[in-house]
Amino acid sequence: MINQEDGGVKMDESDLKLIRLTQDGIELVPNPFKEIADELGISEAEVIDRIDSLIERGIIRRFGASIGHRTLGIVANAMCAWNVPDERTEEVGAVMAGFDEVSHCYERVRYPEWDYNLYTMIHARTREECEHVAREISRATVISDYTILFSEREFKKTGVRI
Amino acid sequence: MIDKLDEVDRRLINTIQLDFPLNSRPFLALGDQIGISETDVIDHLKRLTDVGIIRKIGPIINTAMIGGSSTLIAMRVSDDVIDEVAARINEFDEVSHNYLRPGSYNMWFTVSARSEERLREMVREIDALGCPFLELPVERMFKIGVRFEV
Repeated sequence: MINQEDGGVKMDESDLKLIRLTQDGIELVPNPFKEIADELGISEAEVIDRIDSLIERGIIRRFGASIGHRTLGIVANAMCAWNVPDERTEEVGAVMAGFDEVSHCYERVRYPEWDYNLYTMIHARTREECEHVAREISRATVISDYTILFSEREFKKTGVRI
Repeated sequence: MIDKLDEVDRRLINTIQLDFPLNSRPFLALGDQIGISETDVIDHLKRLTDVGIIRKIGPIINTAMIGGSSTLIAMRVSDDVIDEVAARINEFDEVSHNYLRPGSYNMWFTVSARSEERLREMVREIDALGCPFLELPVERMFKIGVRFEV
């Protein structure tokens, strides 16, 4: 069991092992869950049931492929930080989330020296396209105080691991 | 690279990000969906993995649900030590993404710790590096990236 005292949901030792055995990717073989089942000493069907249950309980957001955007030519990624009045955050966040080019949209803590509270990740093939999307978002939301932070170097990119 | 994808590649990529079949023969099921053999599916996926288009097929974990604690950190690092600091930050298994971006805060990385306690411990270690930084935890989520259409 991990961190239930911190409000985590119930997960037993097999769930945790199952996540650890699959988080770096399953094998590309006809029965990818068989080996995991053997490792855990449970049946293949139980492995699959457990994954379904982890998804149902929200511990796994989804089970599927993670894509290397850069390899796909989606090389420009811009983090756009927006200064949105608190009373408009809900409405503006929903509009931003509606853009296909926006993969993530979060409200984050703001600071006096960094007065932005909404963040969108914009993905496109070029920087110009990212800038264009940001202008579209600005026009749609009537929020003009924003900054585009392109990634200049990728120091690290992995999935979240436990 | 994207131009080199054939129709099977595209269909596989578009399908398996969200709807990877959870059964004992997932690649057979995928093949049935698009009318090719299990072996062909596996061959295509191996090639897509080799070239880096598919990073992995596995669970995307919701750390908040297991009592974990996440944040985004924006750090001000001077150019002469940027590689050194990036290397130190990347040593943390809990750091999943780390990018150089322009502006007053130039190193941006995400931290997903197994507990709030561990996150605080990491923040203390990060603080010891001596670079000014802001902690930017999420207050509300409007969208979480799930799928890219190719």
